[in-house]
Amino acid sequence: MSTAAAPALDDHDHDHHAGPSPGLIRWLVTTNHKDIGTLYLLFSLTMFFVGGAMALVIRAELFQPGLQIVNPHFFNQMTTLHALVMIFGAVMPAFVGLANWLLPMMIGAPDMALPRMNNWSFWIMPFAFTLLLSTLFQAGGGPAGGWTLYPPLALQTGNAFPFVILAIHMMGISSIMGAINVIATILNLRAPGMTLMKMPLFVWTWLITAFLLIAVMPVLAGSVTMLLTDKYFGTSFFNAGGGGDPVMFQHIFWFFGHPEVYIMILPAFGVVSQIIPTFARKPLFGYASMVYATSSIAFLSFIVWGHHMFTVGMPLAGELFYMYATMLIAVPTGVKVFNWVSTMWRGAMTFETPMLFAIAFVILFTIGGFSGLMLAIAPADFQYQDTYFVVAHFHYVLVPGAVFSIMAAVYYWLPKWTGHMYNERLGKIHFWLSVVGVNVLFFPQHFLGLAGMPRRIPDYALQFTEFNMISTVGAFLFGFSQLLFLYNVVQTIRGGAKATDQVWEGAHGLEWTLPSPPPYHTFTTAPEVK
Amino acid sequence: MEIQETTPISISVANRRLVKRLLLITVAMFGFGFAMVPIYDVLCAITGLNGKTGGRVAAVESSAVDEARTITVEFIASLNVGAPWEFTPQVNRMQVHPGQYYQTHYLARNLTGHALVGQAIPSVAPGLAAQHFQKIECFCFTRQIFQPEEGREMPVVFRIDPNLPPDVHTVTLSYTFFRVDDAGG
Repeated sequence: MSTAAAPALDDHDHDHHAGPSPGLIRWLVTTNHKDIGTLYLLFSLTMFFVGGAMALVIRAELFQPGLQIVNPHFFNQMTTLHALVMIFGAVMPAFVGLANWLLPMMIGAPDMALPRMNNWSFWIMPFAFTLLLSTLFQAGGGPAGGWTLYPPLALQTGNAFPFVILAIHMMGISSIMGAINVIATILNLRAPGMTLMKMPLFVWTWLITAFLLIAVMPVLAGSVTMLLTDKYFGTSFFNAGGGGDPVMFQHIFWFFGHPEVYIMILPAFGVVSQIIPTFARKPLFGYASMVYATSSIAFLSFIVWGHHMFTVGMPLAGELFYMYATMLIAVPTGVKVFNWVSTMWRGAMTFETPMLFAIAFVILFTIGGFSGLMLAIAPADFQYQDTYFVVAHFHYVLVPGAVFSIMAAVYYWLPKWTGHMYNERLGKIHFWLSVVGVNVLFFPQHFLGLAGMPRRIPDYALQFTEFNMISTVGAFLFGFSQLLFLYNVVQTIRGGAKATDQVWEGAHGLEWTLPSPPPYHTFTTAPEVK
Repeated sequence: MEIQETTPISISVANRRLVKRLLLITVAMFGFGFAMVPIYDVLCAITGLNGKTGGRVAAVESSAVDEARTITVEFIASLNVGAPWEFTPQVNRMQVHPGQYYQTHYLARNLTGHALVGQAIPSVAPGLAAQHFQKIECFCFTRQIFQPEEGREMPVVFRIDPNLPPDVHTVTLSYTFFRVDDAGG
């Protein structure tokens, strides 16, 4: 009955059933979701190492008090660019890459709904990051006022400023197009029988993430546009001398910024919800509650931005509102953690590399969640604000949170994508080095912050030396361990033991019914979902 | 063969309709970012949350002076980056009774050899005290023109509204001086 759904995309692409174009031009002109997924993932991996190198510069300078390696201005460029590169260059494109590879295969679609726009949304990214990173080589250097771009400090950026703003505009356009594509694919291209409540959880979390993206990326674009006109066109949105207010920027920015942190973690929730049932050999506990919990988190993310601004001066009622609303997020998040643990409960568990990363995600993300609850307490936040405690908190949710989930996803689906098994022994070594490294790196930062060490400074008081040294050792251990990951991925792409179609004994879902590696075009005939 | 549920035509029509709607949301949210500017100003004007006293003369009804209550008013002066003035309050603090009028001065001197135009922006802390801090006369109401090297006293006449919340004992009035002629950007 569904055989004729196949030519759905022919009006976009007349050589749809042909293979890829020969040579390197393939990657430039491709409209194939698998090719574009690969491009996104490789781009993200590159940016992960670029941003990681910046992090190592920061940690090397902080190994000892005093200034040893870089000057403060360059240090500030490193903190600013590390954040921008990791958020917009590494984490977000990695999830878009996973979405491209997996969404059509998971819902039984032949491709993404808008393949040409898909190509465009990827190819904007290298240009955006060329603009952003080129500022490092300009007179005056790159942006150094922090990734949050608070005025008036950010307005003191030199010639790099318009480059940064336009790079952010381009990243935003790319993300919005990607999000539109994801929504159109999920809502319009599901195979017959694939009802919304039968979709794999990764698809669900991406659908919600995509709505968050189209709701807040335009707000970020608006706020940086206002910065641009304030600097060059004489407007006074944030200039008190002209009747504006710099605090307003913080409101607009964090209206984007808080949903943004869920944009980076909801797909991670989806990935972990695919992996844990596979290796626990049990269906996911509480599927429907997972969907509702994800939606609740997405909704709440719009009304809690004030918790980033407790110390700017807010009336008591505002502090209380943002405090309680923020704490409310712990409820749906707790539901999710409970469900993951319950899925593992009495399961026939095995501990292959993806499962190790997924379990580490559950434990370490929860630690990051708890320090987040501490930060949500408005009176306590006056102590924690702008200290290393905040740095420790958001790195716990982003590195062993989002980044570990991406690595788990790569180990989990790489055999499907390449047709080869990765080196399990090497994968486990990579996992253990990473999990030890990441905790040695970030756990001492909690103590540094509670003791009063401010963030974003290249020098510090002597009593902070030991914990900073430990943190730096962890940083280099974690950073260099990622070379094992790179090696393992490259070796798996080049060859290795043949993977079966199902790959993992407990894996369920449409993507595991396809051959490994899947042919260039899959589900040109929609499968039927019972 | 049965009739298809989803024909190619219907999918591309559905895609186009969905993309249009999603683009509409995108544009609306871009507009919402800008709409937050007037919303913010209106909210702050109504609630006085951000300590803005407004650059205008307060409409004051006369009311009894509350001799029983003493409030400390602190005066702060700061210069925006690149504002070439010397700028200080005449006194750093005053003890005042709510309802009574007081006058003080700020001193400003142009440190350059050419004429300058400046604008002082007031801010009151705690923020909720702002609407109870009433200025009858203030150099912040207008732009201030300074001849080369000119220095002068600039008066502020104010009073604290007796309705000031009882838990407020200290009110801080801060002025930041901005250069607003063309050269100051």
